[in-house]
Amino acid sequence: MTLVATAPVAKRRARLRLPFTLVFGGTIIGLSTIVAFFPSLFAPYDPAAMDYNALLQPPTMAHPFGTDSFGRDVLTRVIHAYTVDMQIAVFATLFPFVFGTFIGALVGYAGGWVNALFGRVVDAIITFPFLVLVIAIVAVLGPGLINMYVAVSVVGWVFYARLVATEVQVQKRLDYAHSGRAMGYRPLRIIFRHLLPNAITPALVYWMTDMALAILLGSSLGYLGLGAQPPTAEWGVQIADGKNFMNTAWWISVFPGVAIVVTGLGFSLVGDGLAELLRTKK
Amino acid sequence: MIPALEVRNLTTSFRTQNGWVKAVDNVGFEVMPGEVVGLVGESGSGKSVTLHSILRLVHAPGTVAGSVKWQGRDLLTMPERELRKVRGGEIAMIFQEPMTALNPVLPVGIQIEENLSAHTALDGRQRAARARELMDLVGIPEAARRLKDYPHQFSGGMRQRVMIAIALASGPKLLLADEPTTALDVTIQDQILKLILDLRDELQMGVVLVTHDLGVVAATCDRMAVMYAGRIVETGSVVDVFAEPHHAYTRGLLGSVPRGGAGRTLLLSIEGTPPGLASIPPGCSFNPRCTFATDICRKETPMLAEFAPGRLVACHHHREVAAAGSPVV
Amino acid sequence: MNAALSQTLIAAEEVSKEFHIPHGLWRRLTGQPRLAVHALNGVSFQINRGETLGIVGESGCGKSTLARCLVRLFDCDDGRVRFEGEDIADLKGADRRAFNRRVQMIFQDPYSSLNPRMRVREILGEALAVHKMRPRAQIPARIAELLDLVRLPSDAADKFPHEFSGGQRQRIGIARALAVEPDVLVADELVSALDVSVQAQVVNLLLQLQEQLNLTVVFVAHDLRLVRHISHRVAVMYLGKIVEIGPTEALFSAPRHPYTKALLDAAPELDPTKRTRTVAARGELPSPINLPKGCLFNTRCPHAFDRCFAERPLLSDRTPAHKAACHLTDFGAPSLQNLEAIS
Repeated sequence: MTLVATAPVAKRRARLRLPFTLVFGGTIIGLSTIVAFFPSLFAPYDPAAMDYNALLQPPTMAHPFGTDSFGRDVLTRVIHAYTVDMQIAVFATLFPFVFGTFIGALVGYAGGWVNALFGRVVDAIITFPFLVLVIAIVAVLGPGLINMYVAVSVVGWVFYARLVATEVQVQKRLDYAHSGRAMGYRPLRIIFRHLLPNAITPALVYWMTDMALAILLGSSLGYLGLGAQPPTAEWGVQIADGKNFMNTAWWISVFPGVAIVVTGLGFSLVGDGLAELLRTKK
Repeated sequence: MIPALEVRNLTTSFRTQNGWVKAVDNVGFEVMPGEVVGLVGESGSGKSVTLHSILRLVHAPGTVAGSVKWQGRDLLTMPERELRKVRGGEIAMIFQEPMTALNPVLPVGIQIEENLSAHTALDGRQRAARARELMDLVGIPEAARRLKDYPHQFSGGMRQRVMIAIALASGPKLLLADEPTTALDVTIQDQILKLILDLRDELQMGVVLVTHDLGVVAATCDRMAVMYAGRIVETGSVVDVFAEPHHAYTRGLLGSVPRGGAGRTLLLSIEGTPPGLASIPPGCSFNPRCTFATDICRKETPMLAEFAPGRLVACHHHREVAAAGSPVV
Repeated sequence: MNAALSQTLIAAEEVSKEFHIPHGLWRRLTGQPRLAVHALNGVSFQINRGETLGIVGESGCGKSTLARCLVRLFDCDDGRVRFEGEDIADLKGADRRAFNRRVQMIFQDPYSSLNPRMRVREILGEALAVHKMRPRAQIPARIAELLDLVRLPSDAADKFPHEFSGGQRQRIGIARALAVEPDVLVADELVSALDVSVQAQVVNLLLQLQEQLNLTVVFVAHDLRLVRHISHRVAVMYLGKIVEIGPTEALFSAPRHPYTKALLDAAPELDPTKRTRTVAARGELPSPINLPKGCLFNTRCPHAFDRCFAERPLLSDRTPAHKAACHLTDFGAPSLQNLEAIS
């Protein structure tokens, strides 16, 4: 009797089992998102409030992450930086993901000379070092977050397009794609209804990794003074603030650094988990 | 006559997410010198695993139990070092897809000589000469020139011949063939099967031929064993089994193959699909698909028993099945 | 035979198809000609309404390419395919979609021919909706009807392809093709990926559906026994050409081309008492890149003579319904066989 009762439960549990990496990474990203939307709920102080009586204080009960050279609470600034950095993660990658996937699907399906031409465009773009190219574009447009998004998008979409195009080319040789054509379905239906859902997994996984990279890039540009501008709380800017005090006040740079690592790890884990979850069942 | 190979109570199990499953369950048969025995079954019947188990070529987490007597010794308990001498030496094996069984970066001549140096006492010059002889023997044109070619330079049929040449290098007394012609076209299949028969005559070796194709069995084998869900359900001489199948599965299998002269009639098909290893039904594993099944078939597993000399069947109702007649005559 | 049966539905006229091999830089620079695989080399035949035409041949004979040309998955390089008299290459817009609806293809591999991310309900519903076969409200009922037609349980609708066995997937493929109520089914190796006992189920289903729905079937396969069982007429292909075409029993009992004979002899006899030890055909398929001059089978034919190396034989009548492409017009003729038997 008990055997009969437990069998379906075990089956249901097996179906709902999510990869550990997805659960763990998802938790990090979920918490980060909540913090990004409501930083004031978590931050003990005002991020811009300066306290000249507490300059360069090491971590204490009052300031768990210490204070910086203006006496601002580092914990508060790390928390408020979530808003900016999570925004960078999304806005610097959303357009490349959507546009690149769209173009990649079309190029992959068209094949032939369209694909050959696209290959040359990709080659031309990726022969430039990514960071140098982005810095050059920002230098022309002027520093700031919006210009940074533009710069990253101009370059970033080709990576998605290349991933999706390759995968679509594999998928379009399978019989279900032939069958769609033999059924008289229009190309756009075959591309977006049939091929893309089967071809998008690598791009989706790369998107997660790319968000982690975007935070790193945003911080790097912030550090170089080309991204978010002081006094905005942003991890890269904070690390740059602390660079002159590395030997005396390590906490100014280290805690934003840890935040970058943890958030980046979260996105990467989600990417890995998604790859496992979306693997086509045979 | 003394059997060359005697398999008894062979049971191969694999560990899966849902516990241990038996891919081969209590299988027994023997092969006489110079005899061709066919192991027939559909995918998942355990025919291929049986063949691999004979040489202990089952990877962990699989275990093999029972006994495989080869010239008085048990291959299943023999030390690994001794077994290596038997493998590819006295007992050779050929596979369905020669491209994956051959080393792609070595010329085929070297691969034949490799086997010669492992299992014979020939010196370098003799080995080269013998390699050419073997290529001739398996019917590869311009043997001397082609020894220097790599596997990808051969067609599918020629690759299968190369694999047979390698297998024969050691002068085996038993050839284990795992679906050797399934990947080949019918005219090439015909050439390879006849080559195997010619070599059997010349070298007096026994052959175990695993196949799903009843036509191949009819054209090549002396005796056959039909496997279903890991067990042997019927054995006997090929002529006898085709003329009077005693197991409903054998009968259904024979009826599933179209024969000439009855165009566009419905075939005697078997409903349903073969069970997965993890969900083998209780009683006779064939009972859910069987038109002869009664209550006893759902409760009691029938034992493989001899009902006439050399004829064994595992069916509670084999007399009724036999009385229903063979679909091929 | 009634009038409807002898009406030509599809006609292939000298259909040719080549596939170019990527042209390497070195070959291009040295001015060597572009290489191509000659998949189809002038194939002509007719399919009559309601009949089953079997197309057999070994791998590389072009039978799958031909099937894809018939449904216009490939455009022919030369020659044309006519459907009800119209060249299918000229069809555009609504006419082309109507053609695509009326001529359906079923694919060999049950594991790749269904979109793995769509439920059976979506797969069938899409076919019904795109071709506007039923008003939206009636689609669920029609899906249930189709599943019943191919003998799948009704709960199959909410499952994904990977939850089915190979045989069941082929049934889903058949249901999808039948959803749009076609006139013609082109089945490319429909059952060759399935177990023997499951093959028989699918073959029986195809035979029953054909009677029930008055379908015309093109059955492409390498299994001679299956083709013989299913087809009214059979075409035998070798290196992209039809070497013999005729009524099934006439062709199988008295093949008029040496290749057909070799193919039949090579297929193992299902009767263990009728064994032979002679090899049916020596040698292997020549390269489809450099086709032999003259008759394509001359490299393997035991009967080849001078003319076979100089001149490619054309398909010509042996009886009004039975054609073969061989210079030995008497080959396999029943009268000649009798003479041999007497002497």
